[in-house]
Amino acid sequence: MILNKIYKNAFLVILLSVLLSACATQKKASIGQMQGDVYTGTDTVEYLADGVADRVFFATNESILTTASRDTLRKQAAWMRKNSSVTVVLEGHADERGTREYNLALGERRANAAKDYLMTYGISSNRISVISYGKERPVDSGSNPLAWSKNRRSVTVKAN
Amino acid sequence: MRKIKILLISFFLFFIPSISYSLIEVDISRGNLNPLPISVSPLFADKVSNSLLKNDIQIENLGLKIAEVVENNLRQTGLFNPLSRKAFLQKPDIAHLKPRFEDWALIKSQALITGKISYKNEKLKVEFRLWDVLAGREMLALAFTTVPNNWRRVGHIISDKIYERLTGEKGYFDTRIIYVAEEGPKTKRIKKLAIMDQDGFNTKYLTLGNELVLTPRFNPTNQMVTYLSYFKNLPRVYLLDIETGMQEVVGDFPGMTFAPRFSPDGKKIIMSFAKDGNSDIYTMDLENRIVERITNHPSIDTSPSFSPDGKFITFNSDRSGFQQIYIMKNDGKKVKRISFGKGLYGTPVWSPRGDLIAFTKLHKGKFYIGVMRVDGSGERLLTENYYQEAPSWSPNGRVLIFYRETKTDSEGKGFSAKLWSIDLTGYNERQVETLTDASDPSWSSLLSN
Repeated sequence: MILNKIYKNAFLVILLSVLLSACATQKKASIGQMQGDVYTGTDTVEYLADGVADRVFFATNESILTTASRDTLRKQAAWMRKNSSVTVVLEGHADERGTREYNLALGERRANAAKDYLMTYGISSNRISVISYGKERPVDSGSNPLAWSKNRRSVTVKAN
Repeated sequence: MRKIKILLISFFLFFIPSISYSLIEVDISRGNLNPLPISVSPLFADKVSNSLLKNDIQIENLGLKIAEVVENNLRQTGLFNPLSRKAFLQKPDIAHLKPRFEDWALIKSQALITGKISYKNEKLKVEFRLWDVLAGREMLALAFTTVPNNWRRVGHIISDKIYERLTGEKGYFDTRIIYVAEEGPKTKRIKKLAIMDQDGFNTKYLTLGNELVLTPRFNPTNQMVTYLSYFKNLPRVYLLDIETGMQEVVGDFPGMTFAPRFSPDGKKIIMSFAKDGNSDIYTMDLENRIVERITNHPSIDTSPSFSPDGKFITFNSDRSGFQQIYIMKNDGKKVKRISFGKGLYGTPVWSPRGDLIAFTKLHKGKFYIGVMRVDGSGERLLTENYYQEAPSWSPNGRVLIFYRETKTDSEGKGFSAKLWSIDLTGYNERQVETLTDASDPSWSSLLSN
């Protein structure tokens, strides 16, 4: 009888710990893809060339480039210097948690932050054009912080 | 989209002398928990008119159809409770001549609308009367003539006259809504400009959906629309003539222009122009094409809206670090922040009465539609939701229309965008039916005055 009870308790403890660890790993997965609320994963990222990611991500309401974003943009600049005939469009985007008109302006500000950085690494402004889509073209249709972080982005698209 | 003029052949108003018994009145300044019981008797039509109408416009029983338009309009206000026709004791033709008030009082109707239509020489003549059942008197009588295809507008005009007589304020039924019709997945939304009557009928699409279009707004005469189009992937403010379908880019800006609205005299368009990561507010005169820069600040300045007298502009700026609402003189001077509550504020729109500014607010993950006085005092939040924004005023300043988006599920599915309206009182929130998903609504002024 007592043994039975011990087994029962042990079973409960095991069950509980399995449940807890499941929670923990799930949470970890989402934390692993965001730093603060900036997306750091690679789910949606495409590549302009080997090792040259096409996009950078932003914090909510921000247009400041993170260390990782600057790294990505330096690689893009190096690639553009190597391929001197390439022109690009920088597409700025916002998440769905803002008014449409403000988000259009915010997307434009983000794309220009990326443009300015490319220019400081020697890319002429006439090789770069900028367009803002505001919140009109999300990559992830989710309504959660991770989806929003993927959508707050500036994407460098080869134009020719 | 031709605006058909209503021919006012006879237009007679019987004003009752001011010595009155307690004539019915509807108070619209607060939420109405006891809507006024009203009966809309079908408009009577003689047999000849009925068969001619059926032949010419393929509509049977037009008198009933017009009564239904009126009934529906009155019900949507939340101020009136149209009673079931099944309970009516008196026939439409006799009621229109002289109602037997006891019969209408018996079914607890306080007001009664009767009417008559006739059709001759391809002209539809409509007359109607509004009666105070308890006082046993006529409150309003009107007649007008129009082309029969205009019959829904006839219903709206009757509704406006009745609303005005009973509330003391202009109605908003003979109006249209321009909006963006949406379809397709959230990541690849197809958007078209659409226009419909205020009650959701007569929807017409003004663009084909080949390019992204956003934020359409009427000019004061409702013949032109300004909006943002991504035509050839260049987001610019456009001007569209609704009748002719002619379109043109507004100005020659070397970058994105957006957030357009007309000035109250219709002569200028005010909008944002984004360049090198900075958005400022500009106006362009539509006659002489002169462009004026109104704000010059390294922050985002957008969503401008004129006061009804044209002397001031309210707009949205993040110059304080976060989105807030500001007002300034129409030349850009005397900029003053007016929103100081917790959260972010956007899309300010000046009310047609001039005393209030409607806005969108984001606070702790929720979106609100609210109003505040033009000095920023008296903030009142009317409705809270997961996502909603962009209020637009009814022409009488009593109702706001806006759009609301739903939260998607864990698979990113279940997205929808719909139009909603709410009274300034915070009551009477309801979905505005549209054929497709919809956003960015803008309310016209009254089509007939």
